[in-house]
Amino acid sequence: MTSTNRRGWLKVAGASLGGLWLAACDKFATDPKTLKVLARAEDLTRHAQRLVVDRKALAREYAPADISPDFKANGTLNPSDEDYVAHVAAGFANYRLVVDGLVEKPLSLSLAELRAQPSRTQITRHDCVEGWSSIGKWTGARLGPLLDKAGLKKNARYIVFHCADTLEQTLDGSGQYYESIDLIDAYHPQTILAYDMNDHPLPIPHGAPVRLRVERQLGYKHAKYVMRVEAVEGLSHLGRGEGGFWEDRGYEWYAGI
Amino acid sequence: MAKPAKVLVFRHAAVTRLTHWINVLAVSLLLLSGLQIFNAHPALYWGQKSHFAEPWVSMTAQQKGDETIGVTKIGSLKIETTGLFGYSGKPGMREPRGFPAWATIPSFRDLADGRRWHFFFAWLFVINGIVYWVMSLLNGHARKDLAPTKADLAPRNVWREIVTHAQLRFPKGEEARHYNVLQKGAYLAAAAVLLPLMVGTGLTMSPGFDAAAPWLLDLFGGRQSARTIHFITASLVVAFIVVHLVMVLVSGVWNNIRSMITGRYAIEAAGGDQ
Repeated sequence: MTSTNRRGWLKVAGASLGGLWLAACDKFATDPKTLKVLARAEDLTRHAQRLVVDRKALAREYAPADISPDFKANGTLNPSDEDYVAHVAAGFANYRLVVDGLVEKPLSLSLAELRAQPSRTQITRHDCVEGWSSIGKWTGARLGPLLDKAGLKKNARYIVFHCADTLEQTLDGSGQYYESIDLIDAYHPQTILAYDMNDHPLPIPHGAPVRLRVERQLGYKHAKYVMRVEAVEGLSHLGRGEGGFWEDRGYEWYAGI
Repeated sequence: MAKPAKVLVFRHAAVTRLTHWINVLAVSLLLLSGLQIFNAHPALYWGQKSHFAEPWVSMTAQQKGDETIGVTKIGSLKIETTGLFGYSGKPGMREPRGFPAWATIPSFRDLADGRRWHFFFAWLFVINGIVYWVMSLLNGHARKDLAPTKADLAPRNVWREIVTHAQLRFPKGEEARHYNVLQKGAYLAAAAVLLPLMVGTGLTMSPGFDAAAPWLLDLFGGRQSARTIHFITASLVVAFIVVHLVMVLVSGVWNNIRSMITGRYAIEAAGGDQ
């Protein structure tokens, strides 16, 4: 064997051994049983944060000068779903925000009616699960008073946000975006259904006409293109049962960290 | 010349040894899963928010003529790092990614799994660290072994330790019963500064925890600054580990490893022929 040959052979052997090692690690690292054990830490995190974070504690609010000129839009940027495209064509004139599920009086609100509801304006930081942050000014209807108006039934435990966008094409429709939060976050003063961003109607990449702002949690909880707000008792019957589009794909339901 | 007699002295309490090895496990997995998380957005910024056009540090794939190259940017410095940072993988299967496959858990891009690994071992790391510090304060480890004495801190002594360490000549006999001032400094810096800083900057990145402790945002200068300091501190932890391992290797590897497993460390007995 020439020395170049031997070096080549060693390189291949080294690379294959390294490859085998990585493959073995990956098999263990992404094994569903392993991940299930690791996921227990999520409950610990949620309980610990609920313990130390007052349920009404506000997320930091910033000054107008802090607003990001380059607020990044992620996920769906322009839904191609037929119904949504029709809404855009009509300038959202036919849009209705539906509030139903476990409520006494289901609501169906036009954008003008939504704008007439008790509102809040806040300049907050949007923290993406990927690691970046952008700051924006949001105005929207406070979710708490809206739920009170509809009258939550006693067995309602979660609020689900059904969205207009399909983020992943699937045969069973589980690629439709949705999110859910508990009643602590639903009644938090900064939890709003935002229709304005930086003093202008919400642009399409950021979720026109209405997106959820649930400050104190990561970006994927802030559902865009919200069509329907549903009060439910449990989450297992929705999507793949984990409480949200990204939760169904391995991300934490409690996105406070 | 007779060989100096060796005696085994009791060096590390059980709790020190146990928390040391749990820390080895936790920190290793935190580093590997941390790089997976970093890779989801391989750029760092200063301040509250990201300035996407001007990251302080970034690792990106760029076109250079016909080929794709990895470029690492630090401040105004740009370095080609193809194969390592920005663009790596087997030849022909290279892909844009911050850190290479061998440095992340899992090796392929999977932020959700990386986060699960990270937060699970973050809890283990924090609980282990609390146990270590509470016990070290109670059993005297912090006071007797780690806190430098006045004599330790005398400039002449510090200088002497630096010189002898640089010559790879290490304390022997009675002197080796205690940590020298460089060891004390390094261990204190790691256990009292770097590792707690990892937790503090990590928590500052949590939007939930920020609501409970907004002062963290002021302390570290914003969430993006906290993320950057988290990364820099992690790099310093890696630097500590490298130096620590080298020193373990050159100052009697088996003696050191035994002392961290059984607690017993061999030194040359006083009065031994030197």
